[in-house]
Amino acid sequence: MDRPSPLISVQREDFDTRTVIHGLTDGRVDIGALVTFTGLCRDEAGRLAALELEHYPGMAEAELTRIGTEAIERFSLLGLAILHRFGRMEPGDQIVLVVATAPHRQAAFDGANFVMDYLKTSAPFWKKEHGSDGSTGDWVAARDADDEARLRWNPR
Amino acid sequence: MTRFVYFAWVRERIGKAEEELEIPASVETVGDLLAHLKTLGDEYEAALEYPDAIRVAINQEHAERHEKIAGAREIGLFPPMTGG
Repeated sequence: MDRPSPLISVQREDFDTRTVIHGLTDGRVDIGALVTFTGLCRDEAGRLAALELEHYPGMAEAELTRIGTEAIERFSLLGLAILHRFGRMEPGDQIVLVVATAPHRQAAFDGANFVMDYLKTSAPFWKKEHGSDGSTGDWVAARDADDEARLRWNPR
Repeated sequence: MTRFVYFAWVRERIGKAEEELEIPASVETVGDLLAHLKTLGDEYEAALEYPDAIRVAINQEHAERHEKIAGAREIGLFPPMTGG
């Protein structure tokens, strides 16, 4: 059976999760499980006013496509969508969406999880913090925990 | 000439988002390239102060230190990624 291609979007605008879900499920009767992950901008206990998301145009799409293609292959997903925003985001705003579909739940959960672990460490996006006190803060530092999360998938 | 693109604090420290640079023939690998760029001025020195923290992409794909840069049309330099 032909593998589906991942649906990839790197965009400034907000996204509507239901629309993305419908795009993956409408007219299909073979999907038994659909998992969504949404990443949101949080306020860090009031310290953060906004995040500025910078990306590498072209490579961001290419890298998400590589990650998505690998996830579809590895977990035999029926469909996969990865949407990532850039620009200024305020607490409560949506940043990233992953939707994975499969015949059974484990593949859908694992597929979405795998995509996020790889996205965190290899998709070219960077966050800069803006403080609620008006300060322009620092670039967010990469976390060792994200590298470790990726390693559990035993990268090939 | 090769197109260089910089992101996040690498871009801020170098002071530009992109430029065209001539790479000397003696610079063969990604590791060589980082050492070479450091010699181009104070801003490059500051950006590459901690070379282990720099990620490099060749033609929009991640590249390890030992990889050859021959044939690169576009080279990206940036810090570890923090998306998601």
